[in-house]
Amino acid sequence: MREELITSGRMNPGIDPVLHGWHWPIPFYLFVGGLAAGLLFFAAYKVLFGKEKDFPTAVMIGPFVALAAIVMGLMALIYDLHHPLYAWQLFTTIRIESPMSWGAWTLMIVSIVNAVWIFTYLKKIFPDFNLKQNFLRKVISNFIEEKQSEGKLNWDWKYKFLRDFESFLIKNRKALAWLMMILSIILGVYTGILLSAFNARPLWNTALLGPLFLTSGFSTGAAMLMILSKTHLEKIAFSKIDVLLIIIELFFITHMFMGYLAGSEVKAEAAHYFMGGEFTVTFWVNVIILGLVVPLALETMELLNVKIPVIIPGLLILWGGMMFRFIMVDAGQVIRYLY
Amino acid sequence: MRYGMAIDTRKCVGCSDCVVACQTENSIPHGYTRDWISETVEGMYPNLALEIRSERCNHCDDTPCVRTCPTGSSHIIEGGIVKVTHEECIGCGACIESCPYDARYFHPEGYVDKCTFCDHRVKNGQDPACVSVCPTHCMYFGDLDDPNSEISKVVAKNKVKVLAPEAGTKPQIFYLV
Repeated sequence: MREELITSGRMNPGIDPVLHGWHWPIPFYLFVGGLAAGLLFFAAYKVLFGKEKDFPTAVMIGPFVALAAIVMGLMALIYDLHHPLYAWQLFTTIRIESPMSWGAWTLMIVSIVNAVWIFTYLKKIFPDFNLKQNFLRKVISNFIEEKQSEGKLNWDWKYKFLRDFESFLIKNRKALAWLMMILSIILGVYTGILLSAFNARPLWNTALLGPLFLTSGFSTGAAMLMILSKTHLEKIAFSKIDVLLIIIELFFITHMFMGYLAGSEVKAEAAHYFMGGEFTVTFWVNVIILGLVVPLALETMELLNVKIPVIIPGLLILWGGMMFRFIMVDAGQVIRYLY
Repeated sequence: MRYGMAIDTRKCVGCSDCVVACQTENSIPHGYTRDWISETVEGMYPNLALEIRSERCNHCDDTPCVRTCPTGSSHIIEGGIVKVTHEECIGCGACIESCPYDARYFHPEGYVDKCTFCDHRVKNGQDPACVSVCPTHCMYFGDLDDPNSEISKVVAKNKVKVLAPEAGTKPQIFYLV
């Protein structure tokens, strides 16, 4: 029997009774960061393997969503800083030992490459892509047509260096795709490494978190593409990828808990928070059942030609991915060393 | 030169004078603290053991907080004291998450704050505020590298422990048990 009491002094609302230094912006960013990593990976992957024509959503629309996700994530991150006006100080130094320094630089480079990628496809997307499919697209295409008929919208870039830059990039698209693929993997792994680098938080301190968050991020990316794509071919392709990713993810989660249970006392205690402890219901219902097992079953049925609206498994995977990050960040701060 | 602290848990009565002295000396805003008192009870009635400890930043040798800081704001000054440069701190909280002792907190002004071993007093040859006010004289402060200093002798002569050694941070506050 052991009881610990803090009798005086530490009436610090940020630390007691449990640490809550990081609130919703961090897990939200980890979610959209993983989502963007997945979308960018699949865009680069399809170009590298010459499937550009068959997968227009993955190659052209995905990166748009990814950029929006990265921008939202960055805004959340800056909002979370207690001194947001000093955020620029992240970019005055490179600190190899600090995961957050890695993340800041990676995010900056990824968002530039992402924007450049969109730039090379802009001309192709707007005149060629069938825009009149939903309200928002109709508004955009009507606007473009109107401006074009007035002679105000010229799809040629105004300056020669922009035209040169564009043709240079299109010529070297494979190289750009390689760069973006590697960066997207770093971005996806980093969302996990950010947490796993903290020895002080037993739940986070496992090397599996990097690959697990990468897989989960790619799975949410594939789910997003499944929802967005218009052709049966694309939907089925990403369904298949998602089935594989979900199986890998379940495998990783099992191994993570095996690792905790076989580990030191603090690690074993961390696992018990998910096996009978206060996070049991939220974790098993939202992440495992709704986020992984149900979509896995639905997608398998879909591949066996049972008609299922793709939006159901898609949204469930996104929900599971988001909940997973929220639960991990929250639980990680509750579970601590006892001395 | 390696500053460290030794605290005699057998003499500590948990009066919180060290907490108040620190708040006064360092103008800590209301509702926050850099040091605090922990009381641990172990055993089953009637065989109970009580331990009272005055806790703060352990000014570790292997500092996860300095490692994870993305701007270099957390740093180590002469004597092994871990400090935060307020002007360089963006308030991201990475150091707070990385500390197994939860010794850091967000200051309402937006930076991360923690115990400084009262380095402004120490460089003038004084003891930190908490040590200087302790009514039971249960706290010792000094240079651990000097074998003739009072703290080195106290640590050498008594049975000591550090907090959460399994976290691998090599803490430099020793508790006499």
